[in-house]
Amino acid sequence: MSRERSLRWCGPLLLSALCATGCRQDMHDQPKGEPMEASAFFADGRVARPLVEGVVARGELDLDPHLSTGKVGGKHVETFPFAIDAAALERGRERYGIFCAPCHDAAGLGEGMIVQRGMKRPPSLHIERLRAAPVGYYFDVISNGFGAMYDYADRIRVEDRWKIIAYVRALQLSQNATLGDAPADERARLEAQ
Amino acid sequence: MAQVFHPSTNTLSKVSIFGGVFFVLGALWLVDELNRSPYVTQAGVVRAQPVAFGHKHHVAGLGIDCRYCHTSVEEAAFAGIPSTKTCMTCHSQIWTEAPMLEPVREAFRSDASIAWTRVHDLPDFAYFDHSIHLAKGVGCSTCHGPVDQMPLAWREHSLNMEWCIECHREPERFVRPPSEVFNMDYEPAQPQSELGPALVRELHIKGRTNCSACHR
Repeated sequence: MSRERSLRWCGPLLLSALCATGCRQDMHDQPKGEPMEASAFFADGRVARPLVEGVVARGELDLDPHLSTGKVGGKHVETFPFAIDAAALERGRERYGIFCAPCHDAAGLGEGMIVQRGMKRPPSLHIERLRAAPVGYYFDVISNGFGAMYDYADRIRVEDRWKIIAYVRALQLSQNATLGDAPADERARLEAQ
Repeated sequence: MAQVFHPSTNTLSKVSIFGGVFFVLGALWLVDELNRSPYVTQAGVVRAQPVAFGHKHHVAGLGIDCRYCHTSVEEAAFAGIPSTKTCMTCHSQIWTEAPMLEPVREAFRSDASIAWTRVHDLPDFAYFDHSIHLAKGVGCSTCHGPVDQMPLAWREHSLNMEWCIECHREPERFVRPPSEVFNMDYEPAQPQSELGPALVRELHIKGRTNCSACHR
């Protein structure tokens, strides 16, 4: 009798336990689309949909060509579209490290790791031509690419591109600085070395 | 009249009563273990990919930052799978003839997608956002493990709820300064027992454990 009862419980328990492991996928993979998932519904097989032509995504409305193209009246701008402060420079340094340093290297000499592995060597950012180039030119190159360099418009936000350019300017200053450019206390420290 | 049952059936009946309990518990234990095993969770199991992309080579070998490819990780729920164009930024110049990269070139030419096998796929009933975890000091490697040492990617942890909740209950055991979240070689500068609680206060880390925090 007791044996019979324990066996009677065993079956359903084991079955429900097995079901708990076996029947999980419906709720785990619901028919909704996750970012960049494959789609059986759309002809191109992608959940991600391209924007319909003419659509302006939120935050993408182009009101200021100075900011969004680096050009005014067909000419590269000479000024930044917003004030550059220490926080902006710091952000620029960080983004430069992520997106630019692999080729241009941390100092901007164009000796980055990817160049060492066979990428076409970019010019140093410290040559006369680039030191004289207006900031709008840099914005143009980052946004539209140049030579072997692909554009980074889809990877770096507009504001961040300008901050990177500000940091490039700082690099250019640093590589051509004299002892006289350093603040008094820094100068003393440098002279001691 | 002779005895219907032999005396040994006394033992048999006792064994079957107690044995039945152990059998049921054993079965439940087995199912539980199975559910936590890599067989189900896929933790530590290397996934086959259409292109044998090596994080180890690109991150540890070349020093490329996580965010070069996973561009939306700081501002969105989804970290972002790089477009084929991102691959081709370098590979239009480097290894241009490599057969290994032919699927990448083909996808670039035809504007098709590379059907990567997803390594970390949370259940659809769990909400997750990368950006807030980074902002609150959860490092990439805390969840993803030593990605910079993975020739082919695997899932470091089970992604079971007990694993999520471990940190949501005691975030002070895991958090690091937000400036260090992308550092794959991070070691706490001071004991975690001091640093963790300080960060939890400073960053207002709530470690939410109510159901609707994730099941929303």
